[in-house]
Amino acid sequence: MTDSKYFTTTKKGEIFELKAELNSDKKEKKKEAVKKVIASMTVGKDVSALFPDVVNCMQTDNLELKKLVYLYLMNYAKSQPDMAIMAVNTFVKDCEDPNPLIRALAVRTMGCIRVDKITEYLCEPLRKCLKDEDPYVRKTAAVCVAKLHDINAQLVEDQGFLDTLKDLISDSNPMVVANAVAALSEIAESHPSSNLLDLNPQSINKLLTALNECTEWGQIFILDCLANYMPKDDREAQSICERVTPRLSHANSAVVLSAVKVLMKFMEMLSKDLDYYGTLLKKLAPPLVTLLSAEPELQYVALRNINLIVQKRPEILKHEMKVFFVKYNDPIYVKLEKLDIMIRLASQANIAQVLAELKEYATEVDVDFVRKAVRAIGRCAIKVEQSAERCVSTLLDLIQTKVNYVVQEAIVVIKDIFRKYPNKYESVIATLCENLDSLDEPEARAAMIWIVGEYAERIDNADELLESFLEGFHDESTQVQLQLLTAIVKLFLKKPTETQELVQQVLSLATQDSDNPDLRDRGYIYWRLLSTDPVAAKEVVLAEKPLISEETDLIEPTLLDELICYIGTLASVYHKPPSAFVEGSRGVVHKSLPPRTLPLLMPLSSLAAAQRCGRQPCCECALTPNPSHSLHPPPPPLLPPPVPLPVVPPVTPPLSPQMGGGSGSFAAAPSTTAPTNMGAPLGSGLGDLFDLTGGVGTLSGSYVAPKTVWLPAMKAKGLEISGTFSRQVGSISMDLVLTNKALQVMSDFAIQFNRNSFGLAPAAPLQVHAPLAPNQSVEISLPLNTVGSVMKMEPLNNLQVAVKNNIDVFYFSTLYPLHILFVEDGKMERQTFLATWKDIPNENETQFQIKDCSLNADAVSSKLQGSNIFTIAKRNVEGQDMLYQSLKLTNGIWVLAELRIQPSNPSFTLSLKCRAPEVSQYIYQAYETILKN
Amino acid sequence: MRLRKMIHSLFLINCSGDIFLEKHWKSVVSQSVCDYFFEAQEKAIDVENVPPVISTPHHYLISIYRDKIFFVSVIQTEVPPLFVIEFLHRVADTFQDYFGECSETAIKDNVVIVYELLEEMLDNGFPLATESNILKELIKPPTILRSVVNSITGSSNVGDTLPTGQLSNIPWRRAGVKYTNNEAYFDVIEEIDAIIDKSGSTVFAEIQGVIDSCIKLSGMPDLSLSFMNPRLLDDVSFHPCIRFKRWESERVLSFIPPDGNFRLISYRVSSQNLVAIPVYVKHMISFKENTSSGRFDVTIGPKQNMGKTVEGVVMTVHMPKAVLNMNLTATQGSYTFDPVTKVLTWDVGKITPQKLPNLKGIVNLQSGAPKPEENPSLNIQFKIQQLAISGLKVNRLDMYGEKYKPFKGVKYITKAGKFQVRT
Repeated sequence: MTDSKYFTTTKKGEIFELKAELNSDKKEKKKEAVKKVIASMTVGKDVSALFPDVVNCMQTDNLELKKLVYLYLMNYAKSQPDMAIMAVNTFVKDCEDPNPLIRALAVRTMGCIRVDKITEYLCEPLRKCLKDEDPYVRKTAAVCVAKLHDINAQLVEDQGFLDTLKDLISDSNPMVVANAVAALSEIAESHPSSNLLDLNPQSINKLLTALNECTEWGQIFILDCLANYMPKDDREAQSICERVTPRLSHANSAVVLSAVKVLMKFMEMLSKDLDYYGTLLKKLAPPLVTLLSAEPELQYVALRNINLIVQKRPEILKHEMKVFFVKYNDPIYVKLEKLDIMIRLASQANIAQVLAELKEYATEVDVDFVRKAVRAIGRCAIKVEQSAERCVSTLLDLIQTKVNYVVQEAIVVIKDIFRKYPNKYESVIATLCENLDSLDEPEARAAMIWIVGEYAERIDNADELLESFLEGFHDESTQVQLQLLTAIVKLFLKKPTETQELVQQVLSLATQDSDNPDLRDRGYIYWRLLSTDPVAAKEVVLAEKPLISEETDLIEPTLLDELICYIGTLASVYHKPPSAFVEGSRGVVHKSLPPRTLPLLMPLSSLAAAQRCGRQPCCECALTPNPSHSLHPPPPPLLPPPVPLPVVPPVTPPLSPQMGGGSGSFAAAPSTTAPTNMGAPLGSGLGDLFDLTGGVGTLSGSYVAPKTVWLPAMKAKGLEISGTFSRQVGSISMDLVLTNKALQVMSDFAIQFNRNSFGLAPAAPLQVHAPLAPNQSVEISLPLNTVGSVMKMEPLNNLQVAVKNNIDVFYFSTLYPLHILFVEDGKMERQTFLATWKDIPNENETQFQIKDCSLNADAVSSKLQGSNIFTIAKRNVEGQDMLYQSLKLTNGIWVLAELRIQPSNPSFTLSLKCRAPEVSQYIYQAYETILKN
Repeated sequence: MRLRKMIHSLFLINCSGDIFLEKHWKSVVSQSVCDYFFEAQEKAIDVENVPPVISTPHHYLISIYRDKIFFVSVIQTEVPPLFVIEFLHRVADTFQDYFGECSETAIKDNVVIVYELLEEMLDNGFPLATESNILKELIKPPTILRSVVNSITGSSNVGDTLPTGQLSNIPWRRAGVKYTNNEAYFDVIEEIDAIIDKSGSTVFAEIQGVIDSCIKLSGMPDLSLSFMNPRLLDDVSFHPCIRFKRWESERVLSFIPPDGNFRLISYRVSSQNLVAIPVYVKHMISFKENTSSGRFDVTIGPKQNMGKTVEGVVMTVHMPKAVLNMNLTATQGSYTFDPVTKVLTWDVGKITPQKLPNLKGIVNLQSGAPKPEENPSLNIQFKIQQLAISGLKVNRLDMYGEKYKPFKGVKYITKAGKFQVRT
């Protein structure tokens, strides 16, 4: 007599049979039939055809049958909206039932039927249920408001349900409070701007009271809600912490983690000298450790969160290393996380234990885990200097096992150890060289080649070793090829006599037989360096390398702080802010401006390009996030290098910055002296000469807007860039402030612009002379020219920029004010002005209003002249001043203007005439900016 | 669609990859979403290694693996994964509680109750009733007797009144409980998790303890449980019924208990305090190069067990892949070796200190295979009755609020948890 009998129906006419049974007179048969329908539903069979028959069974006194029918309705109402209406009457009636269980069931089910037509009928019953005398009904109704809001938000607001919901926060029953909070936070989620959960000390107090009394799930909602509150001072923060701390002893791990989140967040406000601060730190450790004795799935989520907590406040778990020791039957996903945390907690005090464990793990069965364990040994060596020697000898032991993948991992990490402690452990090189033949992974091969090149003078047969790699040069991965090229050049510089042939071989392989631009560029650079100035080559290639920093895999601090606020959520599992991965999540900042209503036409100079691209603003030309080709100039000609080529180094992986030994760094690249644009002479006083006729005001240069943040640190692994544009005596520059908000030193800066409407391009490489230490800023003025490639952008003054440093490549876009492009010789002859004005068709004329400007005509004139807008004539017509002005853009486009100023009226009328009218709007913006600042 | 705290759908999947039950709390999500799960399962090779959080283009799949069933939930937005995982475990617990086992057969046999339960446990992604006491009032568990009675009388297994406990300040207890024999039993169960290294010294050890209670008391009893040595308990998780303030101030567990079986507290005694290790293992496992064979010799002995007998001893070892079979002799108990999974199981039984159990013999390796690199870990299980290895002792149990005299009992037991010996 089990339910499995419901699955056994005759195949033929199954639906037909069920239909007959559903319409049977016998109550029992009906119920059995509905059960069969439900059973089919549970295995995903479509039984929606039975909708009318099932709904007919709804009016019954039998609660079980009613529940079953409701179950069915929730599944299929959406697909049968017209039929669902049939059920409304029964719902409305059930909402009046004397039994609160039935009232609650009805309002709950109605909310789950996502059919617009039904929602109208739902309002009245819902209103009653929200005020029901029975708290069970009220708490069900509270959830129903959230459901309804999801279907029809406007309706919920119009009906005033939100206010009722807010009132329920003060309900006498803690369950009702918890559900009201849950419903409100859910609604607030979809309306980030609304101030639904108005958290103030009073409502917080109510929540804290309810926290002690409601169910475990309600506690999670309340804690998550508390976490969004900002206490007004440290005393309030402390008092909330005190009341949240008991939740750490809850049996439900989700409650514990939500409590941890609140405490971690509010702790920020507490002074570290406070006794309470220390107490709190001590209280946090045991519950976190306890999470690790739960089921493996819970452990996994807990570990991902502990990983964040350990980075933020390492002191909490510093004595708990042992609980992270791996058991051989832990699932692999738990093992890998534990290992990661072990490294983070490794210190001089516990390093011996950690190393012993790691060595144990390196003999395990699981390949991924073994690899990570070997890497971990290397990380220990880099992190805890005192342990480096032991780590190296452990690694050598592991190499002796000759297990292929262990050897390869070991060599990769030993390379890093060499980088951190140069000239200390070279004695092991011989052992490493013995394993040369067994390396088949690119990373290990590249590491080994680097070692051979770096220590070429101490390895007798370095040339033979490197030569052996050269045979299959074209089959190697790029990583290995680049490394081999650099290593052989190093070898040549160290032992020039024996290796001339070898270096020539590799240079020609790299430059002539390869179609990889990175490799070719690096080949050319070396070639030129070696052929023109071997001394310089030595300085560049064998330069001293910056030491690698301790922990390269730390989460960048601003991101870490954000993630701490997301403890316990998916964000904390993925270590990414929710905006980065949750569909339709709130707070996603779109950088692009709202679309314009009028499609812009192309500037004259890019007409040809425009015809190719049509109105689409060339999305295929946009900067792609693929560093390998986005930062690259067009491929150089396949000749021995006749002119210096701008070279951008390949982006090296974070663990091995600058493996190219400084040779590839941008700073070493020859600075391009591109032909200067005539319209914008570079950094000379020539602009003044042109301007002698222009008169006063030029020396001060054009208006410069204050710097704004272009690239927030959060998006660029700690690099913050703010900046502005300026034009000073004929030269344009981009004035930047680079700030390092990460924990590691930044170096190797380089900048590149995407093609843009006016061909703006850097006129010199980005010169950051010293590496940028954490928390340091540097101000740079980057000269620009306008001889770069032209592509029409949307909006016209959009500039997409890529900035590279030793960590990564970052992209941002910014808008430049057009007046930086107004050239100094933009003053037209009177006659020419008149003729041109007439010549330009009237449809090219655009009118704008400049509001709230109190300057008089002369002041306007001189102010504009400062930014190279020249007044050609001034007339007074019926008490109004008319200014006739001209300006010229760097690409030769002339713009003619008529500015009407009425003494009594603060609004000016600006008429612009131009052969490329799409610029007019931006000219107008420039007028606005200049006149109002 | 942006519902928070939302478990959108639930799929139950067996080990052969069949979806045998699906439940949607909102719109129907196609079964094809599970393909991402199957993909991850295939990659993981071992069922235990399937990652619990998987992202797909439009959903997140959060799953647990319990009793050979995957509970795969479909999530659409940012949601606390622990919340979901805890809830899924609660669902599995409920099935266990209702049907005596959480198996595919049991679930299929009770599919209608399962559906009713799932509906009762979650509304719009908000957990509704997850306390077994309350659920049982709403939906009666199946019993053979009831299904016979139901089929004769036509009565149903759905309660038609509001559960009494659901809204009181003590939601875990229903009103009007009545027993003729009033009893309160407490089981103090401690599990030792330990890693012992090659040389026999302890790398890591801690005790995971729980107090499971079976309370059958009439009315609204108010209990206080005190310990001889409450200081041992510095890391405790409580059942919601326990008054936290009393514990903080007096170190007494004061509570109105749920009716029936429940876990009162769980606690952890960490490695900082000395954890006594009740057994030791002497082992010699070696593989010889070129001979395709190896030696295996393991002896288990008692240690520090306060005069109590160590019983129920079982050793399991995952032997390296290259092992073909094993020819061993056990001085006590019996052993099996599964040549497919390479698992050696030795059921030892009770340890008598006079004659220590030993298992030794020859390991046969695949001919020509290289000597195994890894050393197998020995997994030991054991039990010690009437002993809480941490030394925790209940002092007394007092009852207030009711007049009758209950029968009280406390039982202690120590077991091996994850107890591993490295070789």
